Amino acid sequence: MSKKLIESGNSAAALAVQLASAEVIAAYPITPQTPLTEKLSELIAAGEMDAEYVAVESEHSALAVCIGAASSGVRPFTATSSNGLLYMSEQLHWAAGGRLPMVMCVVNRGIGAPWSVWNDHQDAISQRDAGWIQIFAKDHQEIVDMTLKAFRLAELVHIPVMVNYDGYYLSHTYMPFELPDAAEVRDFLPDYNYKHALRPETPESLNTVTLPDARMDINGVKQGGYMDIRHNLHEEMRLAMDVWEEIDADFQKRFGRGGAPILDPYRCDDAEYVVVAMGTIANQFRDVVDRLREQDNLKVGVLALQMYRPFPTSKIAETLQSAKAVMVCEKGLSYGNQGALFADLKSALYPYQARPLLHNFITGLGGREIRTDDLYLTMKTACQQEDQGTPEQNDTPQWIGLQL
Amino acid sequence: MTKTTKTNVLNLTSEEFIHPGNRACSGCSLSILYRIGLKALGRDCIFVVPPSCLTVMQGLYPISATQMPVLNGTFASTAAIATGVRAAMKRLDKKTQVVAWAGDGGTSDIGIQALSGALERNEDIIYICYDNEAYMNTGVQRSGTTPQGGLTTTTPYTGKKETGKNVPDIVAAHNPAYIATCSASYPLDFHDKLLKAKEIRGLKYIHIQTPCPPGWGCEEHMTVKIGKMAIECGLFDLYEIEDGKKSFSEPTQKLLKKSKLRPVSDYLKLQTRFKALSEDQVVAMQKRIDLKWEKYRQEFNT
Amino acid sequence: MREVPMPDSRFKILTSASTSGPGDAGRTGSWRVERPVIDLKRCTPAKTGKSSCHLCWLYCPDNVVSKTVEPTIDLEYCKGCGICAEECPVNAIEMVSEEAFIEGGADE
Repeated sequence: MSKKLIESGNSAAALAVQLASAEVIAAYPITPQTPLTEKLSELIAAGEMDAEYVAVESEHSALAVCIGAASSGVRPFTATSSNGLLYMSEQLHWAAGGRLPMVMCVVNRGIGAPWSVWNDHQDAISQRDAGWIQIFAKDHQEIVDMTLKAFRLAELVHIPVMVNYDGYYLSHTYMPFELPDAAEVRDFLPDYNYKHALRPETPESLNTVTLPDARMDINGVKQGGYMDIRHNLHEEMRLAMDVWEEIDADFQKRFGRGGAPILDPYRCDDAEYVVVAMGTIANQFRDVVDRLREQDNLKVGVLALQMYRPFPTSKIAETLQSAKAVMVCEKGLSYGNQGALFADLKSALYPYQARPLLHNFITGLGGREIRTDDLYLTMKTACQQEDQGTPEQNDTPQWIGLQL
Repeated sequence: MTKTTKTNVLNLTSEEFIHPGNRACSGCSLSILYRIGLKALGRDCIFVVPPSCLTVMQGLYPISATQMPVLNGTFASTAAIATGVRAAMKRLDKKTQVVAWAGDGGTSDIGIQALSGALERNEDIIYICYDNEAYMNTGVQRSGTTPQGGLTTTTPYTGKKETGKNVPDIVAAHNPAYIATCSASYPLDFHDKLLKAKEIRGLKYIHIQTPCPPGWGCEEHMTVKIGKMAIECGLFDLYEIEDGKKSFSEPTQKLLKKSKLRPVSDYLKLQTRFKALSEDQVVAMQKRIDLKWEKYRQEFNT
Repeated sequence: MREVPMPDSRFKILTSASTSGPGDAGRTGSWRVERPVIDLKRCTPAKTGKSSCHLCWLYCPDNVVSKTVEPTIDLEYCKGCGICAEECPVNAIEMVSEEAFIEGGADE
């Protein structure tokens, strides 16, 4: 039986992991992920979840345990935030290069220095080049559904998947959501597999030193060098987008929810101006969109990006190509240049002759309050500027909500 | 105390678990201990190996020298990766031995945090540290276990100022299920301690002094002799600790009857890495050894 | 044995996964400048015709000495370290310069 609950985002994640029958949990507590770890620990101690809980001594070791377990053919899980994610950074690259199927929840939080416990996306953004698939949930139902789908995706394509959700905005708030029936989930998510699981009967040495050049194996068959293996990861990350859509379609058939696995548009059909954002801020923008339409007669829409890596280049470019202007609003940036999402989107639109002007907005860093009024005024100004004269492309990020 | 088998050269299995033609240096004592150790462990194993000499011995993709499954991993996380493999074996209800093989750097320096965590959790793994007393794989840089006076590329001219870490003591403070010291020059002793370790549940730690001809500055053919000399001089001791009780292994045990051991200068003379040691430093080293053995005689001689 | 599903067949999943075999470093016999030569008249098992000693087999780092009554050395992979000669208790092994084997090169 599926059940409807009102619980925190962290609990939603933990319950999804329970449904997914993860078997080795390794997690190190870090704000604001901690209640997720605690919930999993409670479920196991109460006998409601049959898994090994490893109380590791650091995040670096948490992902190491997952690497060990996945390599041995058993489904692992871990979760972290912010500095914890950075501490395990070399392991992220390891899991991706080792083509290990695994899922990790990242409860997004700003990175020190200076210390911040509050939400922004810099932690996930800073790891965007590691080779992990990155998806962003914007409510509790998505946390549950995306986590379940993530396990299936990771195991079908052998690429690790990061499920991001906003610290505090989602992790600590309470929302109603539905937990699918356990038996139906088991049918949706078959037993774990890793193609090169360590087995004494068929011994292999995994991820040893790999030469720049291709080399013959003991059977005289040419095997790729480092670059060939990495190239394959990239190519198959791109291909994974298709699989994600297929999984979403199957999930929708079984559980009745889904249909927007990569892009989730709100009032974009006739929009001349489109806001692009990830996570809860995309939901917040729906109020802004409604107000701009009703009060100012501006045809605005908001496009929530659900899958950030691999970046849905052609999909998002085709959707936005005919807009007059696109406002990219993000909670992180590539320091010294521009917003990361802005740069990705601009690059995607480059090949098109007719393309919108792009605005880059940075907001909410370190949990700075994002006031809907501020968003409304900023977007209204941006839209109205477009209508006056011949506006030019301005790459300089505009910051919303600075106090100094 | 768990029963000890006494394997000798004749009854040691002639089955081999590692292929020749690998990239270990000529005369490498890790090769000896690894080769013999594998005979004790058998095929039902999974190994975890950080970047180290052993990684190079494993071979370059796509050819592996070891006939058991090996999981190579990042430098700091050997014990944690082994923990993950062990957790998986538990889920799969498999008795497969999980064995971590790390060098001194990967154990006492960058790897010590993960090892301490695994010890605290009493993970059911065998953790083997082969200690060649420097970062040998990358060309002889000083490590936490490099002894005082040891010349390395990062302690040139005057040698290392500080004494080396006593890793078995650090490990012993965690009260592991079993802790033993071994020498690459006594591979059968190592073999039998592994047989014992296989039967014990909890974390078993084995620390092996592993002479390294290029790194220590001695002739390749002297590898085994150098290791034996370290023991004869009372510098490195072979022992086991089980249930809090320490007992010496035969090569060290028999020295208890002697009133005077071979002078440590015999051992130091044979290695160019010690040529910067002053007379005073050698005298001080001898004094430390003499004091240690005085205590041993008081404690262990009835 | 758990029945496990295969990953999606559209994915090749290239991974650095090595299978075991000899000669990862090629013909390591080419490393040596001296080779061990066993005098079967001094070698204890060879002399007595009974399995005994075998210390050269025990201490060989590269597993190229056979545990046989007349021990043999696999010169394809022997690196010429000389540990066998050093450890032989009856001095039955001599390290001989490779130069002696260059001309005509009969395998010994």
